[in-house]
Amino acid sequence: MNKKTLAFPYVFWSVAFIVIPLGMIFYYGLTDKTGAFTLENIATIATAEHSKALLLAAWLSLVSTAVCFLLAYPLAMILANMNVNQHSFIVLIFILPMWMNFLLRTLAWQTLLEKTGVLNSILAFFHLPILEIINTPAAIILGMVYNFLPFMVLPVYNALTKIDKNVINAARDLGANSMQTFFRIIFPLSIPGIISGITMVFIPALTTFVISTLLGGSKILLIGNVIEQEFTQTGNWHLGSGLSIVLMVFILINMAAEAFFDKNGEGTAL
Amino acid sequence: MKKKLITLLILAACLISLTACGSQGGENGEVIVYNWGEYIDPEVLTSFEEETGIKVVYDEFETNEIMYPKVEAGASAYDVVCPSDYMIKKMIDNDLLAKIDFEKTPNAKEYIGQQYYEQSREFDPSNEYAVPYCWGTVGILYNRTMVDETVDSWDILWNEKYADNILMQDSVRDAFMVALKRNGASMNTVDEAQLQEARNDLIAQKPLVQAYVIDQVRDKMIGNEAAIGVIYSGEAIYTQRENPDLEYVIPKEGTNVWIDSWVIPKNAPNMENALKFIDYMCRPEIALKNFEYITYSTPNDGARDLIEDDDIKNSPVAFPDLSQYNGLETYSYLGEEGDALYNELWKEVKSE
Repeated sequence: MNKKTLAFPYVFWSVAFIVIPLGMIFYYGLTDKTGAFTLENIATIATAEHSKALLLAAWLSLVSTAVCFLLAYPLAMILANMNVNQHSFIVLIFILPMWMNFLLRTLAWQTLLEKTGVLNSILAFFHLPILEIINTPAAIILGMVYNFLPFMVLPVYNALTKIDKNVINAARDLGANSMQTFFRIIFPLSIPGIISGITMVFIPALTTFVISTLLGGSKILLIGNVIEQEFTQTGNWHLGSGLSIVLMVFILINMAAEAFFDKNGEGTAL
Repeated sequence: MKKKLITLLILAACLISLTACGSQGGENGEVIVYNWGEYIDPEVLTSFEEETGIKVVYDEFETNEIMYPKVEAGASAYDVVCPSDYMIKKMIDNDLLAKIDFEKTPNAKEYIGQQYYEQSREFDPSNEYAVPYCWGTVGILYNRTMVDETVDSWDILWNEKYADNILMQDSVRDAFMVALKRNGASMNTVDEAQLQEARNDLIAQKPLVQAYVIDQVRDKMIGNEAAIGVIYSGEAIYTQRENPDLEYVIPKEGTNVWIDSWVIPKNAPNMENALKFIDYMCRPEIALKNFEYITYSTPNDGARDLIEDDDIKNSPVAFPDLSQYNGLETYSYLGEEGDALYNELWKEVKSE
């Protein structure tokens, strides 16, 4: 068997599930109902509702990416400094929830956060003030952080374990204290992992519509919700595709930034 | 071009769902049913399969608007679908439906009440396309322990006392129906000024709304999560059974009277089996089984006669005497422009 035959399944896969769907998005996004070329679908991003939905989605994803980073970095450092037996166990604990369906876990949060939900019942039992974050942007951020945190931890952890211990020892030999070692050696060397983690959190957060529907009570319209509704409710595939193209541009900018920072491609190698 | 792309996509989709495309069905083939979520007693499907040897492939949708593009695109061919009134009109207008051969569905002729066929003429003028399955109203479900005043008007949904305790329907027609009826307008209006007013009212109401939901209204009301919710009458009996504090009212300004009916799409691959399925659903004992399970009002007079519990048989919630109410209307299809206008305004409400 030559190499070409071996490659066939992958070529078929990428044509069937990447190239064709992408082509269809561009076809629909750049045409109107009669099939004539138009840029109108893309231009609608300038309308008040669409630009608001896009900016809100970008803002919520930025906040949750930042929160993910702040939570994940120390954890990744702790994991990287543990001995092998311990850390594989902790990594397992971290990945374990991901074996469960993402929708179920988000629905579980809905039950936890509801006004008469599990958390509030416990708080009320101890006569503590109840938590009123369900159906607010805060609940959406919580859902994003919860769902996407492992995607930040793993690449950062991966980048940290790759750092040669000798480099750190050399820094200490040359008189650097812990702070200096961290800011001058460890942190710069872990940047590829951070960038990769940011991408892996920011992009799914930007495009989500499930989290905002379930935890936002359908009151908060993100760009993902607008696109979803154009496809499922309104049946205007042209507009939905046009907005998807706009969203793709946003994602491409993000990936270009990643490529710029992560020249060696270290962070992406999980 | 469009057709080709779609064909290619379908081919690709078939490859991953080889099992679905290549399934043999039962000994007498299969019937592909597309129905609302939780809208049938699952046992009925099993007994149908056992009796006829026809395998039922069952799929569910949450709103008419979600159902329509799937049937229109033809990507998945269904044999029997259960849309509501205005959507049936839209499907007839766009030539998506096949006429039903009533000779092959004797139960539909015999047991479905004549008044429901008459009501169906609003969307199916010659009674050729639709067999009524369930009907009802849209009204307010409220929790007596959480609401002090008498609930008889849509106004209560704008009462600031119940901020964060109100559940609205997350579907464009039902949401606008509430606002339009409250202002004394028709729920089928395409008058720009009336719709703008309704839009502004819905935006004003938004801070008071806890969530826009559909099927979840039921569970949230049962769980005391909210005080007031907009709900379909069929859910009322079920919710009252689970939580006796709940009460259902039809507001005095009037509301939507809807009929969900079985229809057969033009591209149905198993037309004969579809007719058998519809006929089976119209059998009184089967309709009764469904009624007891989903608690939506049945247009099947034969089934109503079989109900043993007189409270249910004469229940004003399950079988309301519609002549007592004013302002009752059935949704009509608004045309493409009307639909677009409603959708645009709804998006403005949601993005506020």
